[in-house]
Amino acid sequence: MVPPFLGALLSDVAYADAYQIQWLNFASWLIVGGMVFCGLTLLCAAIDLLRRDRRTNDVVGYFVLVLATFVLGFLNALEHAKDAWATMPGGLIVSVVVAVLALASTWVGFSKFRAGAVA
Amino acid sequence: MRIGQISTLSLAVLLSACGNDPDVTQYGAEPTLPAQHRGLLPSMKIADPAVWGKARPIVPAGYTVTAIATDLLVPRQTLVLPNGDILVAEGKGGGDAPKQRPKDIIASFIKAKGTTSVKGGNRLTLLRDSDGDGVYEGRTVFAEHLNAPYGLALANGSLYVANQDTLVRFAYQSRQIRASGPPVKVTDLPSAINHHWTKSLAASPDGRFLYVGIGSNSNITERGMAAEVDRAQVWQIDAQTGAHRPFATGIRNPTALAIQPGLGQLWAVVNERDELGPNLVPDYLTSVRDGAFYGWPYSYYGQTVDPRVRPQNPERVAAAIRPDYALGAHVAALGVAFSAPVMGAKFGDGVFVGEHGSWNRDTPSGYKVVFVPFRGGRPTGTPVDFVTGFMGADGKTRGRPVGVTLDPRGAIIVADDLSNTLWRVTPTRAAQRVASR
Repeated sequence: MVPPFLGALLSDVAYADAYQIQWLNFASWLIVGGMVFCGLTLLCAAIDLLRRDRRTNDVVGYFVLVLATFVLGFLNALEHAKDAWATMPGGLIVSVVVAVLALASTWVGFSKFRAGAVA
Repeated sequence: MRIGQISTLSLAVLLSACGNDPDVTQYGAEPTLPAQHRGLLPSMKIADPAVWGKARPIVPAGYTVTAIATDLLVPRQTLVLPNGDILVAEGKGGGDAPKQRPKDIIASFIKAKGTTSVKGGNRLTLLRDSDGDGVYEGRTVFAEHLNAPYGLALANGSLYVANQDTLVRFAYQSRQIRASGPPVKVTDLPSAINHHWTKSLAASPDGRFLYVGIGSNSNITERGMAAEVDRAQVWQIDAQTGAHRPFATGIRNPTALAIQPGLGQLWAVVNERDELGPNLVPDYLTSVRDGAFYGWPYSYYGQTVDPRVRPQNPERVAAAIRPDYALGAHVAALGVAFSAPVMGAKFGDGVFVGEHGSWNRDTPSGYKVVFVPFRGGRPTGTPVDFVTGFMGADGKTRGRPVGVTLDPRGAIIVADDLSNTLWRVTPTRAAQRVASR
């Protein structure tokens, strides 16, 4: 989910700089793409959370982080459904937050739960 | 838990977009323009269609309403011919406008719930009442294979039809019930994307010029400025050569045009921009001045800047003029017709305006035909309801008015593109006596 959310952020920056509406269209679709992967991640995190034998503080923290990414990502999709410059600066700000959250979630996900390491 | 969280969020989001739409004075020359506001979701209240059944539109005391044609294929504008026949333009355009964003897909799906599911006829239907009893027993297809025909005008023996992509003409002779041949193209009209596809039409009194209203290609430039070349304009077209020039610009969506009897002045009803709040921006009725710039997209109602447009253009904003008369926000005026004394004393001097009805508002506005009184050739006072009941007390919507046309023998023809019906409103004899006094 990092590449699409990061791509959305970069597209927002490009729109804010050049006023070319196509960047905003790119951002809108990239957010949708990011939300698909974020939703799958959230589903996996929720399954971990529901499995009592695996519920550690890390698992709970990871779930909260992914959930925050998802909620703000959805908020960002709505922000990007505004017309033209009405998306700014709100859309750009939320895009920054979502990209950082997505990066943090992914970082935590890969560093805390290596596949096969948690038996 | 996930679902719970999400639905709580959606609810919060919805609530932030909702709220009461306080009524503000939005009629006349000096409408109240509140601060711009838009929640996370745009307010959307879509018509919930129902059949008329035994219900009928409501008209003032002393007037009668009858359905003179049903099962039309999306009637939009009508034209009353000199012999009393009525031509109906039937069609539905704009289908090729690309869905550029996820929003476009969702919004068009929701809005489609409030419109007819019937496919546009792409034709002109002719209705005839041979014996003058108000029943239009004759019905023929005058012309077909058109492309979303909308604006209609008759001048110097030619019947002009504004398709969504071309202005065409048919030769017309009195009492003709079917076109004698295929149409001749007068000129192409801007049709790329066609976000606002309707091409309204009026002919100058001498028939030398045709005026075509061309809507913008977006709500507020969200399809890019390149898409707006030749859009949001009224064109003046030479009937002989097809040559055109922009007559008025920055006029967001001029959905109906009319010539003021006696004065020859061109008037338009114009749909203004959405997503700035329930009371912004009022749709308007205005005389269309040659060379005037009406603000779109940079500003509205004169110099009120729209911050959604980048780059901004202070020079154009400074040049923008105010329209004459506000009709209220989001009413979606789609029809305009000058009245005549034959319509009764109260409704004899002014214009009728067909209001298709709002979507971008929690409390619906429009969904009726109003009468704007004139004095000394100018609109004055507040609009008077003329035909209502399209949206019932039960919240169901049975019809949505589009074109309104005066039948000089004493009737207003209202096209209804939800129930695909043509309504005819006539003064009863008592009212006619008042008029002739």
